[in-house]
Amino acid sequence: MKNKRWIVYLVFTALLMASPAMLNRYWTDVLNVVGLYVMLALSLNIILGHCGMFHMGHAAFYAVGAYTTAILNTTCNLPVLWLMPVSGLLAGLFALVIARPIIHLRGDYLLIVTIGFVEIVRIALINNVFGITGGANGIFGIDRPTVFGMKIRTPAQFFYLIWFFVAVTIFLFHKLEHSRFGRALNYIREDDVAAAGSGIDTAHYKLIAFVIGAVWAGFCGTLFAAKMTIIAPESFNFWESVLLFMIVLLGGRGSIPGVILGTFLVIGLPELFRQFATARMLVFGAVMIGMMIFRPEGILPPQPRAYRLDGSAEPEEAA
Amino acid sequence: MEFFFQQLTNGLAVGGIYALIALGYTMVYGVLKLINFAHGDLFMIGAYLGLTLLTALGLADRLGPFGVIAALAAMVLVLVAILGVLLERVAYRPLRQAHRLSAVVSALGASIFFQNIVMIVYGAKFLVYPHDLLPRTVVHLFGMPVPLIRILILVASVVMMVALYTFIQRTKIGTAIRAAAIDQGAARLMGINVDRVIALVFVIGPALGGAAGLMVGVYYGQINFTMGWIYGLKAFTAAILGGIGNIPGAMVGGLLLGLIEAFAAAYLSIAWKDAFAFCVLILILIVRPTGLLGERVAEKV
Repeated sequence: MKNKRWIVYLVFTALLMASPAMLNRYWTDVLNVVGLYVMLALSLNIILGHCGMFHMGHAAFYAVGAYTTAILNTTCNLPVLWLMPVSGLLAGLFALVIARPIIHLRGDYLLIVTIGFVEIVRIALINNVFGITGGANGIFGIDRPTVFGMKIRTPAQFFYLIWFFVAVTIFLFHKLEHSRFGRALNYIREDDVAAAGSGIDTAHYKLIAFVIGAVWAGFCGTLFAAKMTIIAPESFNFWESVLLFMIVLLGGRGSIPGVILGTFLVIGLPELFRQFATARMLVFGAVMIGMMIFRPEGILPPQPRAYRLDGSAEPEEAA
Repeated sequence: MEFFFQQLTNGLAVGGIYALIALGYTMVYGVLKLINFAHGDLFMIGAYLGLTLLTALGLADRLGPFGVIAALAAMVLVLVAILGVLLERVAYRPLRQAHRLSAVVSALGASIFFQNIVMIVYGAKFLVYPHDLLPRTVVHLFGMPVPLIRILILVASVVMMVALYTFIQRTKIGTAIRAAAIDQGAARLMGINVDRVIALVFVIGPALGGAAGLMVGVYYGQINFTMGWIYGLKAFTAAILGGIGNIPGAMVGGLLLGLIEAFAAAYLSIAWKDAFAFCVLILILIVRPTGLLGERVAEKV
């Protein structure tokens, strides 16, 4: 069983890596968008999937990252990829400041507050806050990224750049999931009173989860700005946050393969049905209801944690 | 002073509309602990149905201006209520035992479905309500001119809210709804048919939302298939502001939000209007984490 899973993953990865050679520019670009959303959804997965906080404002952190990159690149001419840590850091700092007073809010109250933040950020961007965001038109003329002296411009080149970062994300988040930290988050999700009773500083862990998710969204913002070369407030509206929220829940909360599959379905499928133009979103809505009815835990829910009897803390995938 | 008074009446009229939509959110939340994201779209469908019935039946010639509105309201209320019950049957009932978030995704799916079906049927453009539906009368209140329509909207929404409140507090069925909201299992043991209570909530909430949709159509004169999101979000904010699950809370929250928006747009900055509403919400929730009238929920251990 475990081996079968690995074979599926390997075949999928190999196919994906070879895909730019088989697909035209348009479809490669669709895969690039999917890659960005995979990274974003995985970062939201830490907050929503693992820690169980109802966070529907992830686009706000994404926006902070993208605008940091865009502003510093166009005004100070700093190379785009070097701005990635800066963007992540600023997004994380922003998350820290706003999450601090609201982290104790319960479920749905947190949900509306995060929605509020994403709307406030969007309105601030439209109104050209501090005179640096370029208003409703946004910022254009962002440089292409350069890797080892090579300028990245074609969709195929971007494909490898984006999916390289996706791979790094998957690796790190897999490690995180199976760490002490990951287990603490899961405990908080299942029952935060019991978690607090067992000596887990819930507010502290929740805050860290929030900040990690935000930092990662900031990284994605850099990639997005570099890929588009133009960014505008409408790319970071409430709907983006809702899409990410749906990806995580549709794929399976707290499951990395689930979230990846969910992204392919939510972002990729509507592209596949583009010829049906108007009806595709109608079908999409109906499919979402159907999927939830038949698989309420998501398509690929995480496998339960299992431990060897010899007392080693190394978690094994359940057979 | 007159400017202030204009903002006050405008804020109250818009607030009344928000409150009506917010009641739908809060009632569904009360019994199912579900944020019904498709509620805003039911409101939008109410606005579209009102326009369709108005033009298709040619009522305006046969009945007087107020007769038209009353007849339209009655039909829209019934139709949207039917849709609400269908929504609950198809999208929410199978998920009653599932995790709360699964139902939220189902609600988002239903919302996308409704929006797109309206877009396919009516097109993506703004549709316009006839201008001469109601006479553009201006009434003088305390010596200040106020458009009649604002007073009508405010009065109609207050009447509906008071009727609902009385119904919930004073009748046997209302008691059943309150009981189901507190503890579904216990309510079932007391002989309450919880499924019927939930169906009833999905009659009342969407009906009020549909009425609000009609009001927006008549008040602003134009409707669009995306307006469900915008108003839905505002009304949801209002419901949370007052304390979700709490019926008087939704009324207070709605009126308060309408006033905040009207005054912020008039005295501070129209471009930042929506941001102010959310800022106030966040500030209130920091001070009172369960909203203005929300009860403190005891932590289960």
